[in-house]
Amino acid sequence: MSAVGIIFSNIHDRNVSELTRVRTMASVPFACRYRLIDFALSNMVNSNIITINVITHYNYHSLMDHIGTGKDWDLARRSGGIKILPPYISAFANNENSLYTTRLEALKSLTHFIEGMTEDYVVMSDCNVVCNIDLNAMINAHIESGADMTIAVQKRTLDYETAKKNVLIESDENGRIIDIEANPKNFEGEADINLNITVVSRRYLQEIVLTAIAHDYKSLTKDILMKTIDKRDYRIYRFEGYSAAISSMVDYFAHNMELISDEKKYDSLFNVADRPIFTKVRNSPPAYYSDSANVKDSLIADGCIIDGTVENCILFRGVHIGKGAVVKNSILFQDTIISDNASLNCVVADKNVFVHDRVTLSGAPSLPFYLDKGRKI
Amino acid sequence: MYRKKECIAMLLAGGQGSRLYVLTEKTAKPAVPFGGKYRIIDFPMSNCLNSGIDTVGVLTQYQPLVLNEYIGNGEPWDLDRTNGGVHVLPPYQGKSSSAWYRGTANAIYQNINFIERYSPEYTLILSGDHIYKMDYSRMLREHKKNGADCTIAVLKVPMEEASRFGILNTEPDGRIYEFEEKPKNPKSNNASMGIYIFNTKTLIDYLVADEADSTSSNDFGKNIIPKMLGDGKKMYSYLFEGYWKDVGTIESLWEANMDLLGKNPEFNLYDKRWRIFYRHNAEPPHKIGNLGKVCNSMITEGCVINGEVRSSIVSNGVFVEEGAFVNDCVIMGNVTVKKGAKVEYAIIDHDTVIGENVVIGGSRADGHKITVLGAGCKVSDGTVIESGSMLDAQD
Repeated sequence: MSAVGIIFSNIHDRNVSELTRVRTMASVPFACRYRLIDFALSNMVNSNIITINVITHYNYHSLMDHIGTGKDWDLARRSGGIKILPPYISAFANNENSLYTTRLEALKSLTHFIEGMTEDYVVMSDCNVVCNIDLNAMINAHIESGADMTIAVQKRTLDYETAKKNVLIESDENGRIIDIEANPKNFEGEADINLNITVVSRRYLQEIVLTAIAHDYKSLTKDILMKTIDKRDYRIYRFEGYSAAISSMVDYFAHNMELISDEKKYDSLFNVADRPIFTKVRNSPPAYYSDSANVKDSLIADGCIIDGTVENCILFRGVHIGKGAVVKNSILFQDTIISDNASLNCVVADKNVFVHDRVTLSGAPSLPFYLDKGRKI
Repeated sequence: MYRKKECIAMLLAGGQGSRLYVLTEKTAKPAVPFGGKYRIIDFPMSNCLNSGIDTVGVLTQYQPLVLNEYIGNGEPWDLDRTNGGVHVLPPYQGKSSSAWYRGTANAIYQNINFIERYSPEYTLILSGDHIYKMDYSRMLREHKKNGADCTIAVLKVPMEEASRFGILNTEPDGRIYEFEEKPKNPKSNNASMGIYIFNTKTLIDYLVADEADSTSSNDFGKNIIPKMLGDGKKMYSYLFEGYWKDVGTIESLWEANMDLLGKNPEFNLYDKRWRIFYRHNAEPPHKIGNLGKVCNSMITEGCVINGEVRSSIVSNGVFVEEGAFVNDCVIMGNVTVKKGAKVEYAIIDHDTVIGENVVIGGSRADGHKITVLGAGCKVSDGTVIESGSMLDAQD
């Protein structure tokens, strides 16, 4: 059995538009030292999927910078390895020269590439869901069930608000999918939500792409899955571990914060035996806490220098907290500098933000105060 | 085909480090962890990278498993090269002879073939037991400017300590006229750092001659350098100014770790112009819990701190539980300090488990001696370990 991975880096960019103004969803920072794509990549690498294609669309400099040769994920290979596929506009096929917006359009634009694949199975993953999943187990379940396509889901109890942001998948007692409902506005209760991780045989995927081109289909769910749901065998794979779907800035904030407060969630993401999460190596020294540091309930990355008070925060690599500064309930990205005696609460500071002496900033968990990349305040 | 290199480095990493006792029981000294996420060898290796040296032979002998694995293909130091890169050079069996490395000069002698592959004009000899940041390219520039046969890096040491070092007495222009190994009455305080640049041809001639001399102990400091001086070769000192520490003893290893701490540390790891590179473990960010308190300390990835940590260096994956107290310590990877335990003025090697309410060592301020626990010790709940003790996993 051999499998190839396809990662869609831009599909959910709109969910956190502030953070994706200068980057792809895949390169949105998460949990002190990671980018969202690290979870998708690590899941694949940990399941021995070592040929991975990252489909990207726009804003992909940060993504390319992050991935580099792929060696930090053990993906700098002669055979296989990682490949970034930027938009490919053919002189003949695409009269409008418009860029794709859906997965299916992205795959259509890569027909030659899809046709050239030789692996038996294809695992497709978006970057909006953070989880540590054993894809081998999922592929095996897919093979055993004889399904045409298997979609990873997680059972959740949803209120109206969260149901609106998710794709709900209904299945029968054998796990066969009978209905797919995208962003329902009138649902609450228990349901399986789509984790946007899909296993499909290479041949069936090739068939889907050719059909989609012939009929000018645009959406995988609406034009392919829903139209063939009675004829084809689509199944769910229920994932039991921790997963976080990032559908808004508030979600993003909450899912970062719950890694501090909820040990089980943290362990289910980071402390799974033999399944570490890999990321770009930055060669930072350890974090330094001075005599005046006062830190609790926080996740801190290497390279930070802390002189002030930090409570309930996520600090990325190379953050400096000045003496007398008080930072609470905040997420500070790489190389942010908080000067002496500044005070922050519920702030999300993007990379290289500089906060001057005695500045006070405060947001709320339901509306975190966002400081854009490089902002000096 | 090997393309010619101007200068290659030979890094002597075979030493046992016997004065580190339990810390080097299963590890060669250069692979001893340092500063939370580094190993001693990272310093000369990073210096090579930062100085533009891309071909390094690492001579190993004593307990090489951890060291070999750590060096790997040299990728962390950009030494995974098609032409050049890092080469681990263990002793080997020849057609008519086989021998362990008998001394520093003999180790290089046995690898003359390796040096000749790159036909370098200059060969830099380094050792894997010092903590320092040094630009070897500047030393090489001086060497070339002086038209020297050999240049030796020196460091000014306090006069009263000079008799512990190899001392180089020089003319005002830096030319060496005398070398004294650990002199009783030193004439100067120029201590040799054990870092040499040789013209490769001269080096090979002397190594071959030294090998033929059965009375020689095949050592650079004892044999090669005095012989070259005696022959009137052009030998210069190169003055190094900056932090340098031989971490050959338990005390000096502890001190060098402590030198990393403080707002203006004696040895600064945060300088982006001279980064120290290391082989990375994929570990999550560290966590300071609700009851955690950390002061004047370095904490590394993968740690969970719920107790109190003061003036300590804490490596990756260390757990400090509620009510535990760690002060003036060097804690290596994956150590667990359980509830209520108190550890003061100690070096705790990797994978040690310190049980609940254990007391290890005593306050440095009260005159207690340093305590050392070797790798994998399991200290059962409530045990008291006197300061000054040294234990390994068998005790």
